[in-house]
Amino acid sequence: MNAIPCLRVEPGRVVLTGSWTLATMLPHLADLQNRLAVPLPAGEHWDLSGLTRLDSAAAVLLWRTWGNAWPEALEIGELHRQVLGRAADLPREMPAAVKHAFHPLESVGRLLLKAAHNLRGVIALFGQVLLDLAYLFRHPADFPRKEFAANVYKAGAQALPVSALVGFLIGVTISYLSALQLKSFGADLFIVNILGIAIIRELGPVLVAVLVAGRSGSAMTAQIGVMRVTEEIDALSTMGISRSIRVVLPKILGLTAAMPLLVLWISAVALLGGMLAAMLQLDLSLNYFIENLPRAVPVANLFIGLGKGLCFGLVIAVVACHFGLRVKPNTESLSANTTSAVVTAITMVILVDAVFAIFTRQIGVPQL
Amino acid sequence: MNESPVIELSGVCTRFGSQTIHCDLDLQVAAGQIVGLLGGSGSGKTTLLREMLGLLRPSAGRVRLFGVDLDDPDLLIQRTVRRRLGMLFQHGALFSALSVFDNIAFPLRELRCLDEDWIRRLVHLKLAMVELETAHGKLMPAELSGGMVKRVALARALALEPELLLLDEPTAGLDPDRSQNFVELVGSLQQALGLTVLMVTHDLNTLAGLATHVAVLAEQRIIAFGPKDQVMTVDHPFVTGFFGADRRKLL
Ligand SMILES: Nc1ncnc2c1ncn2[C@@H]1O[C@H](COP(=O)(O)OP(=O)(O)OP(=O)(O)O)[C@@H](O)[C@H]1O
Ligand SMILES: [Mg+2]
Repeated sequence: MNAIPCLRVEPGRVVLTGSWTLATMLPHLADLQNRLAVPLPAGEHWDLSGLTRLDSAAAVLLWRTWGNAWPEALEIGELHRQVLGRAADLPREMPAAVKHAFHPLESVGRLLLKAAHNLRGVIALFGQVLLDLAYLFRHPADFPRKEFAANVYKAGAQALPVSALVGFLIGVTISYLSALQLKSFGADLFIVNILGIAIIRELGPVLVAVLVAGRSGSAMTAQIGVMRVTEEIDALSTMGISRSIRVVLPKILGLTAAMPLLVLWISAVALLGGMLAAMLQLDLSLNYFIENLPRAVPVANLFIGLGKGLCFGLVIAVVACHFGLRVKPNTESLSANTTSAVVTAITMVILVDAVFAIFTRQIGVPQL
Repeated sequence: MNESPVIELSGVCTRFGSQTIHCDLDLQVAAGQIVGLLGGSGSGKTTLLREMLGLLRPSAGRVRLFGVDLDDPDLLIQRTVRRRLGMLFQHGALFSALSVFDNIAFPLRELRCLDEDWIRRLVHLKLAMVELETAHGKLMPAELSGGMVKRVALARALALEPELLLLDEPTAGLDPDRSQNFVELVGSLQQALGLTVLMVTHDLNTLAGLATHVAVLAEQRIIAFGPKDQVMTVDHPFVTGFFGADRRKLL
């Protein structure tokens, strides 16, 4: 049996032999295409009776060569004629894929519309959460205790080691850098003020928010997204279980509850790192640091920090759940929405932080 | 042509933890056979197919396709073997991020030898073969019905004109008409191209219309393999239970 596809041009006729399949044609493809592309005189006689195999890839190739029409004289086995017949039955005009031209104005508009759409979605989700809370207030037995506890554990307790590490290192870095500057002015003692205000009021909450948005926010989006892809969300609702009470609400409440605690934790660890660095760099005793901290940093700062933590947690969780619910059942959409969730959450956190800074500018600033 | 069997399993054992799925299983499928693989639910049919594809390594034993051991370290040989087979997964396994058209065009584009017009014609040809319309090419997998997913998956399995087709429940979820057309399609492809087909199926009509040989997987091994009419007379509780009163219909 001859496996190689063979093309012979004899006077007045073209003879094809061998096995014409995609696999056997591939090594000789360029050569075969060149030889088929040579224009043949009209009324050519095609002899395909010597073919051993003909698959649809080869049939399409031949059909194209014949200019989408049967040749005038064709000798071919019945089986192979059927294969060619399938290629011949294709509609002449096949719609090519439509390509969207890039238009700057249009894409900016599209982006704005998308942003507005997302904003509306986030607000709607927030409203839904409030309604659910009102419902749970009347039916406290329906409160998803287990899910809530699981979320506090996942988003809060499991984040303790990594946030401690990050907080400690940031505390050391800031303390070390400011100590260098303060030393040259002889204002060593102000390290307590600088560290205290910076970490408790600003850095602690923002650091935790960035960490948690990357860690728990993306996880929430991905989890809800996969539940949508695999139709688990639909299965839940067919059992009469509200997806917003069972899936979304515990996540939002869990993260909102866990964030202030994380803020407290990371601020404490960062201050510890700062204290140690100050002790080594400026010979400031730990005792002095701890005694002077309450005097240098009014307690209002702590409440501002915790309040920020609460808000950031809420923002991250609502954004993450919103994007999770927007996932369409395909992998591309899952990855795009997870990315958007993290990016949007961090941007929103910084926006909220700016708002906080403006509205609390008169509170908690030590009067010297 | 070489005479080595297309699929050759010898002494295959599979264990998941302490659970044994296959134990010392042998099977040889020769070129041109259409083999129906029968077995109860959970008896390890899909697992066996995965082992033939090299997606899962058996705990013991050897799997050879076209005479090539799947453990062969040569990547090029591995790739050529894989290009010679097409697989229809039980749940379709379509690429969810690609449209139907792109799903079928994907393996063709990967060859990097065919021009776009040729690919377009081929894809529409395959779509027509599985009775989908041109307009369906634009849909995403999530927008298809269960039976359509099956048909697109079949079209994708056929895209590279494979010599060996592995089908996991190809007609489950299709209406009787479509199943019949599927039987005719695979039958005519088999005649034209000399395909070898191994299909897992629970559908007696598909089996009767298509299979030349039947393999029965039970008690963790192949308890019977041979031409259809011979296997049906085997006296084993699973075989008699499976064919039951329909034994006549198949002959
Ligand atoms: N990855 C895995 N880990 C552990 N056990 C598995 C795994 N995959 C399959 N199994 C087990 O192997 C057994 C056979 O599964 P398999 O999917 O091969 O069944 P099947 O014969 O295809 O059944 P069906 O006809 O229902 O599709 C089942 O008991 C299953 O629980
Ligand atoms: Mg299976």
